[in-house]
Amino acid sequence: MTEKFLPVQDYLPDSGTYELLPFKFEPVGADEVILTNLTGEFLYLKREKLDSLVSHRLAPSDADYRALRARHFIRQPNDRATLDLLALKTRTRLSRLANFTNLHLFVVTLRCDHACHYCQVSRQSEDRQSFDMSEETADRALDLVFRSPNPAIKIEFQGGEPLLNFPLVRYVVEKAEQRNRVERRDLQFVVATTLSMVTDEILEFCRVHGIHISTSLDGPEDLHNRNRPRPGRDSHRKFTDGLKKARDVLGYDAVSAVMTTSPASLPRAREIVDEYIEHGFDSIFLRPLSPYGFAIKTKSYQAYDAGSWLEFYRAGMDYIIDLNKRGVRFVEHYSSVILKKMLTNDDPMFVDLMSPCGAGISAVVFNYDGDVYASDESRMLNEMGDATFKLGNVHSDSYRDIFASDALLSVLEDSFASSAPMCSDCAFEPWCGADPVFHHATQGDILGRKPESEFCKRMMGMIRYLLDVMRADPQAKSIFMTWVNS
Amino acid sequence: MLTLSGSALETGLTAPALFRLTTVPDLPAPLRAQRAFLMRGLGDVPEGYPHYLVFDRDPIPANGAAFTRLDEKFAYLSDDDIVHLSPHGHVRTLFRSASNHNSILLTEQCNNYCLMCSQPPKRKDDRWIVDEVRQLVPMMPRTTKSLGITGGEPTLFGDDFLDIIRLCKSWLPTTALHVLSNGRSFADVGFARNYAAVDHPALTVGIPVYSDDPSRHDYVVQEKGAFDETIRGILNLKRFGQRVEIRVVVHKQTFERLPELAEFIARNLVFVDHVALMGLEMMGFTRANLDALWIDPIEYRDELSAAVAVLRAYRIPVSVYNHQLCLINPDVGIAYVKSISDWKNEYVPECDGCARRDECGGFFSSGVKHGYSPSIKPFPHRHPAVD
Repeated sequence: MTEKFLPVQDYLPDSGTYELLPFKFEPVGADEVILTNLTGEFLYLKREKLDSLVSHRLAPSDADYRALRARHFIRQPNDRATLDLLALKTRTRLSRLANFTNLHLFVVTLRCDHACHYCQVSRQSEDRQSFDMSEETADRALDLVFRSPNPAIKIEFQGGEPLLNFPLVRYVVEKAEQRNRVERRDLQFVVATTLSMVTDEILEFCRVHGIHISTSLDGPEDLHNRNRPRPGRDSHRKFTDGLKKARDVLGYDAVSAVMTTSPASLPRAREIVDEYIEHGFDSIFLRPLSPYGFAIKTKSYQAYDAGSWLEFYRAGMDYIIDLNKRGVRFVEHYSSVILKKMLTNDDPMFVDLMSPCGAGISAVVFNYDGDVYASDESRMLNEMGDATFKLGNVHSDSYRDIFASDALLSVLEDSFASSAPMCSDCAFEPWCGADPVFHHATQGDILGRKPESEFCKRMMGMIRYLLDVMRADPQAKSIFMTWVNS
Repeated sequence: MLTLSGSALETGLTAPALFRLTTVPDLPAPLRAQRAFLMRGLGDVPEGYPHYLVFDRDPIPANGAAFTRLDEKFAYLSDDDIVHLSPHGHVRTLFRSASNHNSILLTEQCNNYCLMCSQPPKRKDDRWIVDEVRQLVPMMPRTTKSLGITGGEPTLFGDDFLDIIRLCKSWLPTTALHVLSNGRSFADVGFARNYAAVDHPALTVGIPVYSDDPSRHDYVVQEKGAFDETIRGILNLKRFGQRVEIRVVVHKQTFERLPELAEFIARNLVFVDHVALMGLEMMGFTRANLDALWIDPIEYRDELSAAVAVLRAYRIPVSVYNHQLCLINPDVGIAYVKSISDWKNEYVPECDGCARRDECGGFFSSGVKHGYSPSIKPFPHRHPAVD
């Protein structure tokens, strides 16, 4: 090199002049740690390098120094862009909070033709009008929906089986559309249904109004029928017929499915994934049972712990990664939520994994009787006689009464994971969230005792699994990168 | 390779001037006054042009008008090209209507001193170029599709640089404008705001980022603190909604952390409009620093693949420029662009019989002349040729 150019050493900072930026760490194996910063970026270090790092002895020529500076764990005093970028990424992560409530759940009836063991709320008798939402209640609820400042509004019809009160679904859709001619929101509708009672007429209405269908598929026919008993024991066949019809009329992309992991599902992860592929789905949500409603009453929630579920999850994920490597694009949504926080600056605002928690700000539930709940889980808790997370009633309370209620605000205040005991020190906190309803239900405490928390065990297990896979398998990491950006 | 600058055989010009050329003998009189007539062989000499260009042994215009005689190196000149002629016989081609790669070199001064600069900076004051460009832009055909503004570092001229952008917007409103800058001037939020306020309808600035490691970038551009200013410049430009392209020259000093750089861009600058990953051009400083810079592209093909995969996963548009198809992995093909400027690209003897030559950008003339990968080999034809 000619003399007018200076060598690379001349551009390295002076030793010991770097500043530490906020980060947390967690041991990985015997002699390594993983570091995370507040925007969810991470890297691995040897223990002794961590010691050098915090005592300002890490040499600028060290490869780890370069990685730490590039990922904003340290900075030189003159690095202004570092702080600008950290601030920008933090703002981006939190930006969706400002939009407030997006998802509005309308429980249009508690009646259902299914009698699932793990169901939290449904009433089997299909003819009891007393569990249906009335037009008056729907009107009051819609008043509140359009008070949300969010430019995007999603109304999801739930039950019970919402198709059993389809006239009210029609009523709400038409009313909401009418109001939206003035409101001009990005308005979307979803019906959560087993599809067992779907008719051509219902589908035609859904097509005309662009309504999406969210349905349930628990696995192969025997498992599905066992999880979802109904008269005739034909839930799976009804689902298969309904799915075909719905896709014919609404289009492939307008129908999605969710699964619930029952104790009987645990040894059958692969078969469940195969069932999804067979029905032409390109994603699955490996969803654990929630500890509410009948799930607790019937003890099915206690039928397995986080450890057993994690075994199921890992088996499913190993298979799903293998599928992707073989060219079958297939996404697992629960992992995607966590991976998004690991690999991007976006927070997908998944209700159970937000900090502060999603209660009321990500989703709100209007029950058939007009009661308003902070989440679907909150109303299930109320069915068990615990009204902690009931925010009010559409007939007696104003928007301000409900959304500025102590019931909501104190939960939100207590659910910043970054300031919760133990979470505040946890390196995985930037990828996790708070679930106050779960901890209240299982431990009688909104914050929860993390060492005893099944939620914490589950999250730690998932996160460690995802980290290990990405580290050991660059191809899997590439696949995850495509998941989080789709 | 085209000769864009050289000496005339003789000239009758008494003062320096810019001319737009025409070969149309019967142009309406008002238009003739604004053109130089490009003569080709024998034929009548039309009246009324202020200047004539003749080649080699062609006869001189019989009407006694001022003319400049060029040798065959300039035979490529054609209608609507713009040349600068000096009374000393110096000829510079400033615009070629047949090319999609016209650019204006606004200054040779620069506040970086990149190891591989293809246009080594000079210290002398060359602000006179700004005045020439003020004349040049209104002379360009309004149908021009694209135009580059390069340097040196064109933003060093501050308000004059912004004036030129404004002039391009006024005279060439449908011409896509591409500025090459190191981005450091835009770290000044006021300058970035003024640049955005020009509100040019089709303006992109291409800014090099060579590493996610500030020290490495600073070393490549030989300027401490450059990385920090460049990144803040990009952030300011995007804050004001400007189109930004990140340009990475891949060589021995940058290839190792190329995948990390792609992740850095995905995590911190995901909102940029385009990322260009470019091969080394064997010009300027590169030849002086060849030992420090040269690496056979085949040796970094896996890093290139990894970087392209990351950027594509994050849906950041990415292109691979200045590479030969036989030196990249097949998975990079989707980002491959046959990019080398029309007056620069050539092929080497090893390319003979290659089945994919038409898809390949080939080489810069400088690469052919000063060295290229020993790994170049022709793609076989799938079927034997049938006579």
